[in-house]
Amino acid sequence: MQACTTCHGAGVTATIGRTANEVYFPRIAGKPAQYLYNQLLNFRDGRRHYGLMVGLVEHQSDAALMEMAQYFAQLQLPYPEPQAPPAGTTSAVMQRGQQLALRGDAAKGIAACASCHGTALLGLEPAIPGLLGLPRDYMAGQVGAWQTGMRKAQSPDCMAQIARRLSADDVNAVVTWLAAQPVPTNAKASSMSASLPMPCGGMK
Amino acid sequence: MKQLTWRSASLPKRCLMLAGLVFAALVLLFAATVTIELIAFRAINTPASPLKSLKNEEKNQLVVRGEYLAKLGNCAACHSVRGGEAFAGGKAIHTPFGAVYASNITPDPVHGIGSWSEAAFYRAMKQGVNAQGRLLTPAFPYTNYTHISRADSDALYAYLQHGVQAVAQPSKAHELGFPFNTQLALAVWRVLFFSADDKSDAPDLIAGSADSMPAKGQKGLKNEIERGRYIVNGLGHCSACHAQRNALGAASSDGLFAGALMPMQDWYAPSLHAKEEAGVQHWPREQIISFLKNGATHHASALGPMAEVVAKSTQYWRDEDLNATAAYLQSLPLHAAPSQPASKVAPQLINQGAAIYAKHCATCHGADGQGLQDSDALAPQGMVRIPALAGNRAVSLSSSANLVRIILAGGYAPATAGNPRPYGMPPFVHVLTDEDIAAVATYIRASWGNQAHAVSASEVVAQRRGVLQ
Repeated sequence: MQACTTCHGAGVTATIGRTANEVYFPRIAGKPAQYLYNQLLNFRDGRRHYGLMVGLVEHQSDAALMEMAQYFAQLQLPYPEPQAPPAGTTSAVMQRGQQLALRGDAAKGIAACASCHGTALLGLEPAIPGLLGLPRDYMAGQVGAWQTGMRKAQSPDCMAQIARRLSADDVNAVVTWLAAQPVPTNAKASSMSASLPMPCGGMK
Repeated sequence: MKQLTWRSASLPKRCLMLAGLVFAALVLLFAATVTIELIAFRAINTPASPLKSLKNEEKNQLVVRGEYLAKLGNCAACHSVRGGEAFAGGKAIHTPFGAVYASNITPDPVHGIGSWSEAAFYRAMKQGVNAQGRLLTPAFPYTNYTHISRADSDALYAYLQHGVQAVAQPSKAHELGFPFNTQLALAVWRVLFFSADDKSDAPDLIAGSADSMPAKGQKGLKNEIERGRYIVNGLGHCSACHAQRNALGAASSDGLFAGALMPMQDWYAPSLHAKEEAGVQHWPREQIISFLKNGATHHASALGPMAEVVAKSTQYWRDEDLNATAAYLQSLPLHAAPSQPASKVAPQLINQGAAIYAKHCATCHGADGQGLQDSDALAPQGMVRIPALAGNRAVSLSSSANLVRIILAGGYAPATAGNPRPYGMPPFVHVLTDEDIAAVATYIRASWGNQAHAVSASEVVAQRRGVLQ
């Protein structure tokens, strides 16, 4: 796993992810194993495109990738402090963010984040990651990548469908609100009980 | 003015006139040859061969043999994109003359080769000409495939027609600059650099049963080497990377494995003739086989483009083909690698490199570059865990490209049945500066008995750009 930590960090840097040369390497510690595994498959099989990651996992087997995923999934590290909204963020923006995160927008066909990522937004085992404790810019970047098709998940790609229904203002609102939420101590993904509001690939 | 005639000309003038005539004749001859090359190939319009005449079992056997040959030739590596449909094409092969896009070779009748006959397919392999009679670019390595036997070509054809899913995906047009995008340029290239292997009765070495190949005794070894030559020079197309090429991208016949920087890639394909590079003449044969089958031996592992070759191709080769390949590679003549002029390295550069090495590298590769040779519970016996850098010829190549690339981008040996869980080298592109990497690479190349020339920061700059693309 040494090959992962020069970018994703070890020790303290592993809790918040790491930024170098204007590239942000997200925290991977404690994310659900199946989620991490799916991302490794996505890099290997042409659904995600960051060259360094692709080059590393290109010729690895499912089993080897699963082992990496499981190692990082079981790491329990503290989460960073919440990120204050950028100066000038109005309460309307925060309300819109909270609405999208917890209740969604039925009129626009947008399911609430919480309906898949867990009512506490801490993710659902085995394959859905938590949304708290992530940097605002990182989340905005990922939603943008889903909108343009640069990032894909296994088919049916529910996250791509949701992302494309979000306006630029919606994206800003929801990531700002999410980044501002504190992460409870001993945060853990709960296990999936109810069915998801839409069909999603890679959940098994 | 007096007319110059043969009779009136002096001896030097006569020589000049003769030379001019010979030159004009040669130009005409060349033009004629090129013209013939341009018009020689007609479309082959016979319909695709349905394999109907064969019984079911024979048909299946042929398709299975063809599937193996497609693995052996690593067709999918170029004719598929990552995550795309197998053999549907679309991958860009970057050449100094522009991008060539591998074509769709699925049995789709419109976009693929579904309408091709066996004869048209054999001609494409043998001559580098498509079914319509158009000359193909030599990025498709027909200069190698020309050695294929008819039996092997037919088996491959049967697999591509009957064992592969048709995909209706149009092939992408090449993006070659003028004049390289013309049939005329291809015709000229062929006249200069290509002659088809017309030994069309070559024994069906691979498709045929391996039982016919006794491995013991002098005659057995000779057969084995011949089989290896057929694999390495033919479908295996090893020279596609390992050959030295001229300015027009042609491999010279005596430099087929002499080692070269791969066009448009930041990798050096080392010489198979030099024991300082990747020559295996002095290796025990089982080490060569382990390298190709498992992607690693007890002292070396495959990274970069060779990792892809192992992952997609050689790990699936049958033992008799690996054996034959090893026998052939060992029969290649030894040439000395280009000597590296001893360069004076500033002691402070070595000190800087040593400090970086101690901080970032020594934990795994050892304070004395000794690597980690012991096996642990997770890794199989006999495979390198973390390679030693002391005495490692891969870090001391005349070209520093591979070492710099691996420090920048990291990498894993391929996961194979024999080495399912290789250790990985981390990328340092976001950790170390160009100067740092040049210093540590210089230190590694000058320590523990290694004696390779220094690496400059400017070499790293160019490579960093490639890694971050």
